[in-house]
Formats: sequence, structure tokens, C-alpha cells
Amino acid sequence: MSAEQGSIASVTDRVRPVTIGAPVTSLYFLGDRAAFVCGEEDVALVDRQGEITHVAVHGGGILCAASDGERIVIGGDDGKVVALDAKGEVSTLATDAKRRWIDNIALHSDGTVAWSAGKMAFVRSPKGEEKSLEVPSTVGGLAFAPKGLRLAIAHYGGATLWFPNMAATPELFTWAGSHLSVTFSPDNKFLVTAMHEPALHGWRLADNRHMRMSGYPGRVKSMSWSADGKFLATSGADTVIMWPFASKDGPMGKEPAMLAPLQARIAVVACHPKQSVLAAGYSDGTILMVRLEDGAEILVRRNGTPAVSALAWNAKGTWLAFADEEGSGGLLEL
Amino acid sequence: MSETTSEKIPVTVLTGYLGAGKTTLLNRILSENHGKKYAVIVNEFGEIGIDNDLIIGADEEVFEMNNGCICCTVRGDLVRIMGGLMKRRGRFDAIIVETTGLADPAPVAQTFFVDEDVQNNARLDAVVTVADAKWLSDRLKDAPEAKNQIAFADVIVLNKTDLVTKPELAEVEARIRGINPYAKLHHTERCKVALSDVLERGAFDLDRILDLEPAFLEADDHDHDHDHHHDHDHHHHHDHDHGLKHYHDEDMQSLSLRTDKALDPMAFMPWLQNLVQVQGPNILRSKGILSFKGDDDRYVFQGVHMMLEGDHQRKWKEGEKRESRLVFIGRELPEQAIREGFEACIAS
Repeated sequence: MSAEQGSIASVTDRVRPVTIGAPVTSLYFLGDRAAFVCGEEDVALVDRQGEITHVAVHGGGILCAASDGERIVIGGDDGKVVALDAKGEVSTLATDAKRRWIDNIALHSDGTVAWSAGKMAFVRSPKGEEKSLEVPSTVGGLAFAPKGLRLAIAHYGGATLWFPNMAATPELFTWAGSHLSVTFSPDNKFLVTAMHEPALHGWRLADNRHMRMSGYPGRVKSMSWSADGKFLATSGADTVIMWPFASKDGPMGKEPAMLAPLQARIAVVACHPKQSVLAAGYSDGTILMVRLEDGAEILVRRNGTPAVSALAWNAKGTWLAFADEEGSGGLLEL
Repeated sequence: MSETTSEKIPVTVLTGYLGAGKTTLLNRILSENHGKKYAVIVNEFGEIGIDNDLIIGADEEVFEMNNGCICCTVRGDLVRIMGGLMKRRGRFDAIIVETTGLADPAPVAQTFFVDEDVQNNARLDAVVTVADAKWLSDRLKDAPEAKNQIAFADVIVLNKTDLVTKPELAEVEARIRGINPYAKLHHTERCKVALSDVLERGAFDLDRILDLEPAFLEADDHDHDHDHHHDHDHHHHHDHDHGLKHYHDEDMQSLSLRTDKALDPMAFMPWLQNLVQVQGPNILRSKGILSFKGDDDRYVFQGVHMMLEGDHQRKWKEGEKRESRLVFIGRELPEQAIREGFEACIAS
């Protein structure tokens, strides 16, 4: 244990360990169970006593997943988009005609599902009506806007904003380079992409003004908005980088806040859904809970364990679940 | 780097102009009884499909990196596919990337140099180019892609040798050697080549730069063992330069430098960095073994366009000739300036 971890409050003894047995790539709460999405084939549903139920969802690798709390929608290298509900029942929503990989998934609060295969983005309404849009290159990420049915599609050279139910030409926000994951600010004013380079790019939607957020030592693979929407917490450095989005100019001309520095790279960040707290998982296995106001830290998991691969809070913020690249995880009740 | 190398999944890049026989070679690799499982990234789903292997279709997407370097391109689709494949690591032993006939191998190779995730999980093993003995000479005249593929290769499978006469074969081989004298060259019919000659070559492994290439940097001394396994060994060893024509390709050449005097690292490193910055778009491949003044370690490097990777390799052995040798393969290289620049790096 390092000195910096020795001096802080710890709740490691309150964590209920969970052994999944396969690498976990993402994590959600579904009903009163935590759903550990594995790298291939399975989702492990774990109740609060630590009881594990494995559910087969794909015939191959799992490439992407998203959840609205009611269900998890999962895309695989078998070309299928499947939904898993809180009861553990699996239904197939779509199968790619060419069996292409399903690379990205996004869910809208009205039940609309979006996914991508190659350069094609698809949306499927709750009634089962499907629409598609081809973008100039392979889709890097998908996100629904917080208001209206509007889908952001990240790709090489920028992001396309598409209203699937409107005839208008999709709007292209350009910026050189390859754009991967994408997210809207909760106030619907900004669009942010994580690029292939270790940087974020942002656009103010009102006037397309650019924001470059760079200086990361590694690619940003995890982004999470704080509960109040004022900060975007990101991985990619050895400290949590928090970009301020409270003002009308967003982070333009501002320095990011930096929290929870360690001698290891942040792999995953997850903001608490209600409070000004986030959980950060590191490449050395450490997990910290961090208070945004003053940076106070609580140790959830020690270093020297496999790299953290996923973190999730339940909707009320009373449980934190985590998992690592080698198939171990834990549940913490707060 | 050597301790982690073994855990990284080897990636073989299979290139070759349209119709040269890439698919034939690929099928040969997959159907041979080698007990290994491959993940194969192809551009057109076609006549391949071996049950045990993962076949993934890709749309070649060449992306420029935002690092102000115009030749620094990567294959965006490969970055994505490698990410997906890494979730299924236990399912295959190696990866083969088949490019289209018109592809430039550089972005594929560079993907393995610049992408952090790809680099952590996989290592480029070799670029294998299949060439058509009958048509390659023509393609070298009219198709820059074909020339790039030859220049870039670590291994060249000169296929369809049954369709050409001996003088024709000698000519096409001489043309290949005029561009790339360093690649291992195999004469084949229907891509019949030993798998060990195309897979697990370690051509990008700094530790094996020399071991692999007995003829390394001896530009005028062609590979002597290129057809040792060949079924019909009716080719003369036309590499003894008895009347062998030497073709010097008009725009693609190799340039080798050597000195037995120690180099000054403070002069050499900036010179090399600057050279690949300025000439990067024209330099396809570079390799070198260096002896620095006051340094008992042998230093090795290799590069693809502007990207360089180098390391102290090992101690010079007792009695080993401390000689620095470099090779560049590229287009319209300013030979005189490069030679003079190199000479200036010799420690006084």
C-alpha cells in the first residue's frame, strides 16, 4: 500500500467481493441487481448478497452496451443487438443483414435504441420502426441529446447530428481527426467527443464554436458528467481531469480541475448520480471515491490489483459496483 | 521490450497487387494443419472461411493523425477491430491482416506504432507481399501501389513462377532487388511456401533485426537461400552477379550506409530525427545497428516513414566487429546529402 493510500479513509473492508470469472467490459444496475457485462457471451447478474446468475446474451464477443436502468442493450460481433431486462430475459432487437459487428449502442429515454455497424447508424423506435443514416466513415460513438430525438454520431472528421424523425439534412460538426466516444452536456448546450489522439474536442451547439481539451498522456476512454452537470470528469491521465461546463463558454479559456492524483493512470470515472462525488478506477487497481468540492478521498479498493475496467452507481446512488480486467469485482453499499 | 513481446499477439500483414495470389496464400495458411487459430481481417469476404478461424470484414479507412505529420496515417478500421478482437484474446493465436490490392502498407504498419492500445496488445510480425512473376514488371512501371508493396516488404512471395521463362523470372527478381534488396524472397507456384517462411518472422522485432537477415545491408549480395525449399530447383543462383542485370528503379531505391568508426550519439540522433522528419514521406522503411562512442551496447533502430523506434539491444560481443550499418528504402532519396550527413556523425 502506498503512502498516499495509507493516510486516507478506507471502506475496503465493507466491499462485498464478486468473482465473475471473465473480463468485464461494462457495468450497470438493473433493478436491484448489478449487471457485469463480460467481454464475450455473458452478462453476470449479481444481487446484493453476491449471488451470481449468468445470462448468455451473444454468441461471440460483446462490443458495446448501454442501459437506461430498465434494460441493457448490447451489441456483439455476431451482428446482433439484444436487450436484457431486469428479470434476466433476453430479446433480440435486430440482426445486421451482413452480420457486421455492432460497434456502438445508445439509448433514448423514450425507449428508442440506436446502434451502428460500419458507417451506418440505425435507430429503432419503441414501436419497432427502423431508420438508418450513413456517415462518411466508420462510426466511433453514438449519443442521444438530452432533449428531443436527436442522435450524435461521431466519426472521422467530426460528428453528425441527426434528427431521425425529421426530413432536415443532418448537421455536420467538423474537426480534423478521428472522433470516438461522444456525449452531450446535460444542459444540451455542448457536444464533446473523445478523440483517437489523447484529447477531447467540444462544440458549442449554438454557434459551433470549437473547444480543444488536450494535454492528456493517454486516450480518454471514460467520460462522466457530474450530477449537477457542471463538470465533465474524464480518464486518460494520472489524475481525474474535470472540465468546467457551468458557464456559457464551457471550458473555453479555463483550466480543468484535477482530482485524486496517483502514480497510475485513471481507467474509468463514474460520477455519483445525485451528489458531488465521483468514483475513479485506476490502472493499478485502485478505486477511490472523491468529493468534488475539496478532493477528499475514500479508498474503496487497494492498488496492486488488476486494472479497473468498469464502475457503476445505482440510480439512487446507494450502491457502487466495480469490476476489473481479470474478472473480479465488488459491491459496496453506502 | 523483449519480455512483453511474447505475450503480444503477432500480426502478419499480407499485401500484394490485384490478382497476385493473396487469397491463395491466405487459404494455404488457414488450411494447413498447424494447430493454430487465426483471426483474419479481410477486405472482401470471399472464398475463405475456415471454421476454426475468426474472419472479420473491414473497410480500409486511412486516417491522418492530428500530430502535424502528414505521412502519419493509421488504419482507423484496424484500431477499432483490434479493440474488439482483444475482448476475445483466448480465441486465436495470431492475426493476419489482408489488405486490398491497391493498399499502401504504411498506414497498416503505422497503426502498430502509434496506437497505444494496439501497441500494448499486438506486435507487427512482418509485411508479406505476394507478387505476380508474370505481371509484376509491368505493374512496377504503371502502379505506384505495387512498388510501395515491394519496397515495404519483409518477405516477398514471388508467385506464378511457372508462368514465366527463366530469363523473365531473373528479370523480375532483379527489378524487385533494385527496389528492395533486403526482403526474404521465395519463388512459388500457387503460393506454395513453407508457413515458417511467412509467419512468425519477427521482422519488426528489434532483437532480430540482424539474426533474420544474414545478407543485411549487403546490398549487392543477394539472398542466397531464397529457394532452398523449392520443389523444382531449376533456378540458377543468379545472385552471384555473373552477368546479372542490375536494375535501378527510377524512383524507389535502397540506400545503405556503414562505417567501422564509432558514431557520436549527440550528433547522430538529431541527424536521424531530422532526416526522418524532412524525408519521412519518402522513406518507407529504415533499419540500423549502431555503435556509439563510449557505449559498449549495440543500439538498434527501425522506422516506418517518420516513426522511429530504437533501443540498446545488447553488449557488443568480444571480438565482434563494432560497425554501424543503416539502410533506408525510399523514394528519390537525396543520397549524397544523406551520406554526408552520416559521415558528419562519426565521432572525432
